[in-house]
Amino acid sequence: MPLDSQTRGTPLVEMRDISISFGGIKAVDRVTVDLYPGEVVGLLGHNGAGKSTLIKCLSGAYHADAGEIYINGDRATINSPRDARRYNIETIYQQLALADNLDAAANLFLGREIVTPLGLVDEAKMEAETRKIMGRLNPNFQRFSSPVSALSGGQRQSVAISRAVYFNAKILIMDEPTAALGVEETRMVAELIDELKKQGIGIFLIDHDIHQVKELCDRASVMKNGRLVGTVKVDEVTEDDLLGMIILGKNPAQAA
Amino acid sequence: MADTTEPHAPPARASRGFFQALEIDTRLLGMIGAFIVLCLVFHFWTEGRFLTPRNIFNLTIQTVSVAIMATGMVFIIVTRHIDLSVGSLLATCSAMMAMTQTLITPEWLGLGLDHPMTAPIAIIVGLITGVVIGAFHGYLVGYLMIPAFIVTLGGLLVWRNVAWHLTNGQTIGPLDGTFQTLGGINGTMGETASWIFGLIATAAAILLLLSARRNKIRHGFPVKPVWAEAVLAGIVAAAILGFVAILNAYEIPTRRLERMFADRGEVMPEGFSAGYGVPYSVLILIVIATIMTVVAQRTRLGRYIFATGGNPDAAMLSGINTRMLTVKVFAIMGALCAISAVVASARLTFHSNDIGTLDELRVIAAAVIGGTALAGGMGTIYGAILGALIMQSLQSGMAMVGVEAPYQNIVVGIVLVLAVFIDIVYRRKTGDG
Repeated sequence: MPLDSQTRGTPLVEMRDISISFGGIKAVDRVTVDLYPGEVVGLLGHNGAGKSTLIKCLSGAYHADAGEIYINGDRATINSPRDARRYNIETIYQQLALADNLDAAANLFLGREIVTPLGLVDEAKMEAETRKIMGRLNPNFQRFSSPVSALSGGQRQSVAISRAVYFNAKILIMDEPTAALGVEETRMVAELIDELKKQGIGIFLIDHDIHQVKELCDRASVMKNGRLVGTVKVDEVTEDDLLGMIILGKNPAQAA
Repeated sequence: MADTTEPHAPPARASRGFFQALEIDTRLLGMIGAFIVLCLVFHFWTEGRFLTPRNIFNLTIQTVSVAIMATGMVFIIVTRHIDLSVGSLLATCSAMMAMTQTLITPEWLGLGLDHPMTAPIAIIVGLITGVVIGAFHGYLVGYLMIPAFIVTLGGLLVWRNVAWHLTNGQTIGPLDGTFQTLGGINGTMGETASWIFGLIATAAAILLLLSARRNKIRHGFPVKPVWAEAVLAGIVAAAILGFVAILNAYEIPTRRLERMFADRGEVMPEGFSAGYGVPYSVLILIVIATIMTVVAQRTRLGRYIFATGGNPDAAMLSGINTRMLTVKVFAIMGALCAISAVVASARLTFHSNDIGTLDELRVIAAAVIGGTALAGGMGTIYGAILGALIMQSLQSGMAMVGVEAPYQNIVVGIVLVLAVFIDIVYRRKTGDG
C-alpha cells in the first residue's frame, strides 16, 4: 500500500527493506516503515512477529543483514547504541533498561555522565538536573536517593522517559511502555506521549494492545511472521480491521 | 498494583535518630561493631595481649597484602565475575621481581647489589607482569566469553607453576634492601613523619566533608545538621590520629636501635627510644584504598562497573562497552596483585614458591564479609578492607589463644558462611537489594 509520504516532505526516519535473520530464520524480511515529525507510528503484531527485532536495528542493538536506514533523508549508519544516540534516537525498552542498584540520577545519565573539570562524576549537578526534569515530567517523584529497584513501575517508567527527554530525543522508540503499569500510570504515559508529539518528536510505539494503538497512534504498521502486512491510518480502519491484519495477515486496503 | 507516585512524602528530617542524622551506613556500623567485639573478646581471652601496640602493629602489616587485593576483588565481583587466580598471579609477579633484582639488574645490567634503581625497576617489571596477565584474563572473559570462573581456575594452576618455572623452584633472596622497606617492619615512617602524615590525612578528610557539604548547599539539597557533621569529623580525626598514636607507641627494641646507630658509625645515647610509626606498606594500602574509592564513587569507570553489575543489558544498551570494561577490571586486579606481591615478598625478605598460596580464598572471603554481593552490583572498598582486617584478627587471635591451625580454619570457614547469612537477613529486613 503506497503511503501518503509525498504530501509531507522528508520523513524523519525511513527504514527501507530491512532484513535480519538468526540461525537461518528470517526474523525480519524486507520490511519498510517510516515516521514523520510529531507523529506516532504503532508497530503491531503477535509475539515473535519481528517488531522488536526491527526496531532494535534502529536503536543500534542489532545490525540489519540488509536494507538501509535514512534519517531526515540522509543515509545513516547505526552499528551501536552510541551511534543511535548520535542521531538523537532514544529508546525506552520493554524491560526498562535501568540498572536497579543505582539511583534515578545515575540511571538518567548512564553512559553520558556530567563530569567536573577534573574528570570526576559531578553527582550534585546530575541530581539537580534530574530534579529539574522530574519536576516537569512527574512532579510527585521524590525518591532521588533510593536505588531504582525500590521504585514503583510508574516511577521507573518516568526515569526511563526522562532520560529520553533530557537528551533531546528527536526520534523516540517505546517498546510496550505501559505493559507493567496500572490505569493511572498508563494515563500519565499517554499524556506524556501527546506532550512529546507537540514538540515535534517522532515516536515508534510497539504494542499488542489494539485499543491503545487506536488511541495513541496516527498510523499503524502491522507485522506478521517477519513481514510487513501493511501500514494504515488508524482513523480509517476499525479495531476489527487491525485484528484481521494481525491474526490473518489480511490487509484491509487490498481486500476492499 | 504499583502506584504512580508515593502517596506520602518521606518523613521529615527532624524526626530522625542519632545514627540516621550522621548518615553512616548501618552495615558499616554493624561491621565495626562486630570487629570491636571480636578484638575485646580476644583481648580478655589473651589476658591483655591482643590490643597492645605491638600486636596491632603486626595485625596491620599482616592484613595489607590481602586487603590490597580485596579492593580489586570488589570490582571483579561487582561485575558478576570471580578471580581465583590472585594468589598464583601474586606468585608470578613476585618471581618476576625477585629474578629482576637478583639476576637481571645486578648481573645483566651490571648495576651490582643494592643499587638505588634496583627496587623501582623490579616494581615496574612486577606491575607490567600483573597488568598484562590480568588484561589477558579480562580478554578471555570479556571478548572470548569464557566464564571467569574457568579462566581464573586455569590461571590458578598456570601462574603458580609459571612462578615455579621462573625461579627453577628455588627460594630467591635476600631481596634488595630498598625493596624490603615496603614489607612492613623493615620500613616505617618514624614518629615525627607519622604525626605529620596523620595531621595531613585528618585535614584532608575534614576538607572533603566540608566541600561535600558546600556542594550540596550550592544545589539546594538538604544537608546534615552542623552538630552531626562535627561529630563525624571528630570521629574521623580521632580514628586517624589514634591509629598513628598506637603505631608510634610500638617502640623499636633497644638492641635494634643500637645496631641502627652502629650502622651509621654512631653510638646510641643513653636512654634513647623511638617508635616505629606508620609502616610504608600501610601507607601503600591507604593510598590504594583512597584511589579505589574515588574510582568506585567518582569516576565514569566506577559508575559503569556498578551499572554493569546491576544490569549488564542496561549498561550495554546505554552504550557502555562492557567487554572492554571487563578487560579493565581484570587489569586493575592484576596491578593490585603485583603491588601485593611487592608487600608480601618484601615482608618475607625473599621470594618463596608458596608465596600467596590460598590468598585467592582469603581475598574473596574478605570482599564477601565486607558486604560485596556475589550476585553483582553491590560492594564497597572500605568494607573489603574491614573484611580483611576481621579475617586476619580472627586468625591471629586464635593463634595467640593457642587454637591449632586446623581448628582455626574450621572457625574461619564457619564465620564466612555466617557473615554472609547475617548479611542476607539484614538486606531482607531493610529491603535493600
